[in-house]
Amino acid sequence: MSVLIYTDSADGTLTKNAFEAANYGALLAKKEGKTATAIVLGEASDIDKLGAYGITKVLHVNDAALNNFDPQRNAAIIAQAVTKENATTIIFPHDYSGKATAPMLAAKLDAGLVTGAVALPEGNTVRKTVFSGKAFADVEIKTAIKIISVLPNSVDKETGEGSVTVEKFACEIPATRLTVKEVKKASTELSLTEADIVVSAGRGLKGPENWGMIEELATELGAATACSRPVADIGWRPHHEHVGQTGIAIRPNLYIAVGISGAIQHLAGVNGSKTIVVINTDPEAPFFKAADYGIVGDAFEVVPKMIAAVKKLKG
Amino acid sequence: MKIIVCISKAPDTTSKIAFADGNSKFDENGVQFIVNPYDEWYALVRALELKEANGGSVTVLNVGDASNDAIIRKALAIGADDAVRIDAPTQDALFVAKQIANYVKENNADMVLLGKETIDYNGSQVGGMIAAILDMPYVSLASKLDMNGTTATIEREIEGGVEVVETSTPFVLSAAKGMAEARIPNMRGIMAARTKPLNVVAAIDATNATEIKSFSLPPAKTGCKYVDADNVEQLIDLLHNEAKAI
Ligand SMILES: Cc1cc2nc3c(=O)[nH]c(=O)nc-3n(C[C@H](O)[C@H](O)[C@H](O)COP(=O)(O)OP(=O)(O)OC[C@H]3O[C@@H](n4cnc5c(N)ncnc54)[C@H](O)[C@@H]3O)c2cc1C
Repeated sequence: MSVLIYTDSADGTLTKNAFEAANYGALLAKKEGKTATAIVLGEASDIDKLGAYGITKVLHVNDAALNNFDPQRNAAIIAQAVTKENATTIIFPHDYSGKATAPMLAAKLDAGLVTGAVALPEGNTVRKTVFSGKAFADVEIKTAIKIISVLPNSVDKETGEGSVTVEKFACEIPATRLTVKEVKKASTELSLTEADIVVSAGRGLKGPENWGMIEELATELGAATACSRPVADIGWRPHHEHVGQTGIAIRPNLYIAVGISGAIQHLAGVNGSKTIVVINTDPEAPFFKAADYGIVGDAFEVVPKMIAAVKKLKG
Repeated sequence: MKIIVCISKAPDTTSKIAFADGNSKFDENGVQFIVNPYDEWYALVRALELKEANGGSVTVLNVGDASNDAIIRKALAIGADDAVRIDAPTQDALFVAKQIANYVKENNADMVLLGKETIDYNGSQVGGMIAAILDMPYVSLASKLDMNGTTATIEREIEGGVEVVETSTPFVLSAAKGMAEARIPNMRGIMAARTKPLNVVAAIDATNATEIKSFSLPPAKTGCKYVDADNVEQLIDLLHNEAKAI
């Protein structure tokens, strides 16, 4: 029996979320005395790296057509791998690829699915976030085949020295009904959900022209940038930077919030962050209650000093 | 063009999150319920815009008990033509998806739209499941949808960006931010909603594939460590040496 992990690739390499899912699957396989097999669809040049994350075997469908993402086609291929490997648990990253593919596979296999897992299962029960990060739920999967998607940045990794054997997976590839017309990548920007550090700013910055220092701080820290909802709504920043209950939910290692009040809907999307830093002129700003470190002060004075201090640290 | 928009009920975003019955269920005491924002702001409003431009009809579909009728009326007030509630208590996405897929199969639709997730259980499950059961193409995390006859041009989120894809009806789509601007129902809409059809239909037999056993709250932060605004270097030092975050 095996644990099968769908490790998605983008632009020819596996994603960070894919490695996290692989590691989760490998730890689960170890716990349950099963083998951890990954499946890669499309081109990926760094499959060997999966060994370090505990994967011993990889099924690879090396067909360039699969570089275009069609969750329906992917689910059809993964279902064939489930049979071949006698997989009892299938793991996905809870990102754009897993959010679309895992439910399609679950319906196909009539299997229970838990999305956004934050810990390894205990028996048949998996812990996931609910209420946009405000709480956890322990969910039991009642079917023999179990499907789990893993929330990015939420399970500690255990890496080692292992190596993988890659097997070409001969399978039936159904036709796609989705045609990709154009890809608009923001390739220079770090993906917000994958970033370890996020620098975020709100209405306290007064206007879009003041974001230079936020971007500079982010660059110095190797961080992604984010913003509060009103800032995206009035067009100061692009919509894809909007974090919170109705934007993107993120769980970086470090979240730095500048000039954001900390409304409940904002906190919902960011309170899974490991360390939270708040910079705000108002000592009563609700965000300080959710913060680990805080400076009561003016962003226009504090942020340039932070940039200087980070530069000095990184020497 | 016949559009079905799936809506679910969710607690208002300012609700206090607490649990009852030994942490086994969400405490609805004093909680205001709303239409799940992704369903309402994006899927429903875009459906109405498409109908206004091309003709057709917009039906809102909900799986749940009679306590959901108030939010269904809200969707009618915003402009849906009619509503269907499949009468069943809900606990599991696959159960819900089977109910919706069965209704769509029996009644046909050119497209099924829903929000990318609910703000309570954050599942992102039902759309993909419906598409798989009905063998329709599925476009998830869509931020733009344009129709030209039976051809749909859709922008969707992918790793590190967006891409434009084309498919044709019938299809299932999950809507994310950018798809449309939220609408506020006006008095006329609210009055009209009272008399629009809300048909209650029986559920089909299906089992629940998952069950929530218990809820818990994350550990509270132990308190904020304040650093003086004149001593920013200390903050960076703490982040480096204490939090080990940079
Ligand atoms: C249904 C619903 C969903 C929502 N979803 C989201 C969501 O997903 N994400 C989200 O962010 N919001 C969301 N909101 C909006 C949310 O309620 C708040 O209105 C919003 O987060 C406030 O944004 P802000 O903190 O940037 O602005 P404000 O609340 O205006 O706060 C600005 C802050 O900047 C501080 N400030 C001012 N000048 C300076 C300075 N020079 N230096 C430092 N600090 C300064 C002020 O003290 C203040 O605390 C939602 C609301 C609703 C009703």
